[in-house]
Amino acid sequence: MVPLSWYVLLSAALFTIGVVGVLSRRNVFIILMSIELMLNAANINLIAFSHYLQNLTGQIFVIFVITVAAAEAAVALALIILLARNRGTVYVDEFNLLKG
Amino acid sequence: MVTSLQAFIGQLLPLYPELVIITIALTVLLLDFFVDRQNKAMLGWYSLIGIVIAASMTIKLSGLAGSFFGGTFLLDPFAAYFKLAFYTACGLGILISMKYLDIEDIHRGEYYALMLFATSGMMLMASAGDLISLYLGLELMALSIYVLAGFMRSDSRSNEAGIKYLLLGAFSSGIMLYGMSLLYGLSGTTNLNGILVFLRGADLANPVLFLSMVMLIVSFGFKVAAVPFHMWVPDVYEGAPTSVTAFMSAGPKVAGFAVLLRIFAHTLLPLQEHSTVILAGIAMITMAVGNIMAIAQTNIKRMLAYSSIAHAGYALVGLAAGGREGAASVMLYVLIYAVMNMGAFGVVIMLRNAGVRGEEITDFSGLGKTNKAAAFLMLIFLFSLTGIPPMAGFIGKFYIFKSAVQAGMVWLAVVGVLFSAISAYFYLRVIMVMYMHEPKEEFNLVQSPALALALAIAVTAVIVIGVYPSGVLEFARASIIGIL
Repeated sequence: MVPLSWYVLLSAALFTIGVVGVLSRRNVFIILMSIELMLNAANINLIAFSHYLQNLTGQIFVIFVITVAAAEAAVALALIILLARNRGTVYVDEFNLLKG
Repeated sequence: MVTSLQAFIGQLLPLYPELVIITIALTVLLLDFFVDRQNKAMLGWYSLIGIVIAASMTIKLSGLAGSFFGGTFLLDPFAAYFKLAFYTACGLGILISMKYLDIEDIHRGEYYALMLFATSGMMLMASAGDLISLYLGLELMALSIYVLAGFMRSDSRSNEAGIKYLLLGAFSSGIMLYGMSLLYGLSGTTNLNGILVFLRGADLANPVLFLSMVMLIVSFGFKVAAVPFHMWVPDVYEGAPTSVTAFMSAGPKVAGFAVLLRIFAHTLLPLQEHSTVILAGIAMITMAVGNIMAIAQTNIKRMLAYSSIAHAGYALVGLAAGGREGAASVMLYVLIYAVMNMGAFGVVIMLRNAGVRGEEITDFSGLGKTNKAAAFLMLIFLFSLTGIPPMAGFIGKFYIFKSAVQAGMVWLAVVGVLFSAISAYFYLRVIMVMYMHEPKEEFNLVQSPALALALAIAVTAVIVIGVYPSGVLEFARASIIGIL
């Protein structure tokens, strides 16, 4: 049987990769994928805890998170398509009409 | 079959206000097909009727307190207070939008539907009794507002605002979810009351517990625009359509504070020793950065963005002070802030006319001569934002700083008052430009009955609360009983 700590370590590693990806990459698709990694790290945590606590709430939570992540990706892709059409770029450092 | 359906509908009673808002939003989407392009404002009035119905239901339901649907949904005076604040923000938002959308040529039915969806998300956040419903409410609100921020499809500034808001919002939800998953792993439940029960008997020195608390602070810091999580605010506020900026600066921020209060004044109360220090630190740098950065701005929307950061800092002072008084002062403050800020944006919207963007502070020059009424309204809202009596903003700040002093955080109150004095510089500069400078060129302000109504409501509220605060304050104090 896989001990709980392995799952938690895996999710912590995924979460860190996600955070570093968001902060360091400039392609908006890679940033989105990194955010998905962060969400899935939380999902792994929730499922692992749910299994070891013998409590189903965590798994229900995960189903909601997956659904919301899909909706979020839909909105994000729609906005990226608009930007690509109006500006012809998907690199966040070229989104510089608003100084900041 | 019929009886079970009736029983089911009866069980939904606590959800009626949310259901009304969502039903109206869905019917707006349907009716949109049958309404001509010139008459889209009808959908706005239709949405307003829905908001009034929902508000009356919320008031009616305020006697029915308790937790429903397995503890995921709470009905208490605390939630009712915040729901009334959301109705105000959404109603004013719709009123100031109607004419503006015509001018920007983005008058589409989805706009009102998205506003209503965002409002229902905020209502769910205020009523959430469980991490799952909290998360769902937050995402419902956030996703609607990402779309609203990018609503001007052909304008790349608006698109940019939308994608920036989305990336940072999703990033902060990721952090929040990870914090929630750790909290669930420790306590074995996602119910807020269950977590409180667990924490009362837990080892509070556990670093994982501390980490999850910090992650929750970080993610809600993003939502209420606290420093150092504020980088998105000026860009998003500047790029989004002005009516959306007005709504965004009021609604989600108030909802964020509703959740912060519910979590830090209730669920994580046993961790108060740690959370107070962090919240007080964040409050201090938020006030500092917001007020100092606002001085350098030339664009009124960016200036109001930094001002909204600073106001989040004042409200965090009350949150850090904690206790019954601190919580009541935060509730009073966010309501006042929402009304006066939407009023100020209402005047900014009047300056947007075909061909004139009206976003620079210099665009206000001579407004005191060309349009006395608009200039005077702006004067009242800016005085209120500065915190000059007898406007409501003064009352809000007074109770915030009073609660900080009572909680023994005199230094924080002193810092707050100092930065509040700095804020007078950039608010009064706009007034100076309006009254002391000569008018640049002839321009006509946009006027519409809806906008006039919104400004009348906002200015009445600002003055009435400022002169006679005890009514709202008692309401806020009475509403806090449910959670503390």
